[in-house]
Amino acid sequence: MTKKITDVICPFCGTLCDDVEVVVSDDGKQLLEVYNACVIGTEKFLHSQAKDRVTRPRLRQDDGSWKEISYDDAVEYSAQMLAKAKKPMLFGWSSTNCEAQSVGNEIAELSRACCDNTAATCHGTTLIAVQDIGLPTCTLGEVKNRADRIIFWGCNPAHAHPRHMSRYSIFPRGFFTGKGQMSRKLIVVDPRVTDTAKMADVHLQVEQGRDYELLDALRVAFKGEWLPDVVAGIPAEKIREAADMMKSGRFGIIFFGMGVTQSLSKNHNIDEAIAVTKDLNEYTKFSIMPMRGHYNVTGSGEVFAWQFGFPFSVDLTRGFARYNPGDTSTIDLLVRGELDAMFTIGSDPGAHFPISAVKPIANMPSVCVDPHLTPTTGVSKLHVPVAFNGVEVGGNCYRMDNVPIDCRKVVEPPEGMLTDEQFLIKVRDRLKQLKGVA
Amino acid sequence: METVTITMKNAPALYLEADNVSPDAFAGKKAAQIAELSVHEGNTTSTLGKYFDVSGDAGATAADTKVVVRGDVKKVKYLGFKMTAGELVIEGTADQYVGAWMKGGKILAKGDIGAFAATAMKGGELTVEGNAGNYLGAAYRGDWRGMSGGKILVKGNAGSDIGMYMLGGEIIVNGNADVHVMTHAEGGKTIIKGNAASKLGGQMVEGTIFVFGSIEVMMPGFKPNGEVELEVDGTKAKFAHFIGDMGERHKKKKGVVVYGNLYKKI
Repeated sequence: MTKKITDVICPFCGTLCDDVEVVVSDDGKQLLEVYNACVIGTEKFLHSQAKDRVTRPRLRQDDGSWKEISYDDAVEYSAQMLAKAKKPMLFGWSSTNCEAQSVGNEIAELSRACCDNTAATCHGTTLIAVQDIGLPTCTLGEVKNRADRIIFWGCNPAHAHPRHMSRYSIFPRGFFTGKGQMSRKLIVVDPRVTDTAKMADVHLQVEQGRDYELLDALRVAFKGEWLPDVVAGIPAEKIREAADMMKSGRFGIIFFGMGVTQSLSKNHNIDEAIAVTKDLNEYTKFSIMPMRGHYNVTGSGEVFAWQFGFPFSVDLTRGFARYNPGDTSTIDLLVRGELDAMFTIGSDPGAHFPISAVKPIANMPSVCVDPHLTPTTGVSKLHVPVAFNGVEVGGNCYRMDNVPIDCRKVVEPPEGMLTDEQFLIKVRDRLKQLKGVA
Repeated sequence: METVTITMKNAPALYLEADNVSPDAFAGKKAAQIAELSVHEGNTTSTLGKYFDVSGDAGATAADTKVVVRGDVKKVKYLGFKMTAGELVIEGTADQYVGAWMKGGKILAKGDIGAFAATAMKGGELTVEGNAGNYLGAAYRGDWRGMSGGKILVKGNAGSDIGMYMLGGEIIVNGNADVHVMTHAEGGKTIIKGNAASKLGGQMVEGTIFVFGSIEVMMPGFKPNGEVELEVDGTKAKFAHFIGDMGERHKKKKGVVVYGNLYKKI
């Protein structure tokens, strides 16, 4: 006999779909089938059942081979590394739950470390812009029920957040959007003709790296001021047409992704996009929302901000929290040679950082806490496999619109495996002993 | 004026935060007392004397003190942090936050300087003979008050985001400047004698930018406003005048809307 579990939360992307159904074996030890999730989410659930999964910590030997060690030895290595380092980095946190993140912050404070999450290579620039000029935002429920003007700027949900459009932004029939897709106008701004752009009513094919100019041109167009004939490769008439379409809606939303946060101008792009939103509120109701990637990167920002006052790139080396991306952000610290130990959890910098930032990780004491084999485990000295968050352990996480949702445990982890939180608590307690504060 | 010379003898393994290297922190101290001032490498605190040889005693006040920094300080941050008077000469290349939050006195950097130099500067002079990094004379993260007074001269090139949220004072770059000049500015003046990249004066409320060389891409929010004959920093020439950023909010003074100004030499 098998059991079907309903209302499961998908721990893949920031959309946090909460209608997933999974089928598990009667003893709750095997996950057999997944329904309603997108192909990426399905794979995330099923991957926990991989037969070749690493289930015990491994320490790299001098000849490059791995040696299996106990969790206690892994705790000792991690705590000693953090106790000795002058400037350790605790990086990642975006694919783990808020409970584990909070224990991680205790470790950061004890070891006077730098701590950062994946926003550093993702929506960190958004957070800088939000601090600069604020954020008129809403929840995805409001988008579903009210929005009739949808703008996707520098993002491609058709591939990156596959169920976003069907659950919230384009297709669903909401309270005031009874005709679903028919009641919405879609504007996509992207230099490429993506699968999302193919569905758009208006596709503004912006020149690469000229989003800031195009956003400024929209603001000028709202005010009916003079514009050059062509801005960012787009004729002025087309910009004015898009501006009118935005102004004429009852409720609009700008969703934006890595295409604007990590291309030329970075935080300024978002700063200007927020200013566009603010301007539009003089004519109608408009909101803006980042398309967050990792399922709990938003939660990591919340926990950092709640405990340290800043949402990412926090430097605690002087005993108080400082924040200045460019100085305290992980890639800059690694490339400039400012760190002497690296602790990675719930993220894969080995795959996402530039190679000049990955090489230093291989040359310093390093720990990677991750259920998978990744490029980061490949360059780290110690690999600590843990239970899959959102599959083998529950915990709190935040959706991209800052709505907290509790993930559910659906299947047992392999015998004897620790969760992120359990491992971190052991490291914290050992570190307290080493620092003489236990 | 008394001169204190500090010379790097043991370079740090990581980076050094030397926020006590300024005429203000040295004033009224003997060489031995100066060597006891704290510096920070990562999460460890030690003394200036561990890394630097200190020679000479400081004057009674900051205004009577000149500090000369010698040796390899490429990995030293916060030189001249919050200084209010006196002089600081950096003979080599220094890292981030040179003259950050400075209010007075003079800094002469003979090499290059890193990012965030003269953050939120209120007064004094910063002269850089080499190149300056990003965020020169800008606001600190999340602050809306950038440089509000004083003068910065960069003889080489400057990075991106110079004069972000600038309120007053003057920045002169003899070489080229990277993207984003005086973003969000509400006052002040920037002169770029070389070429500028793009995104000049984005979201600018007030303030003035002069460019002697080329501008790769203009902001669409800057509207042509004729030509004018001007004398800028000793150079008399004809400039094309633009006003903007037309997309941004603007104040009214005596009933007239005040825009930011961009002058490009013809």
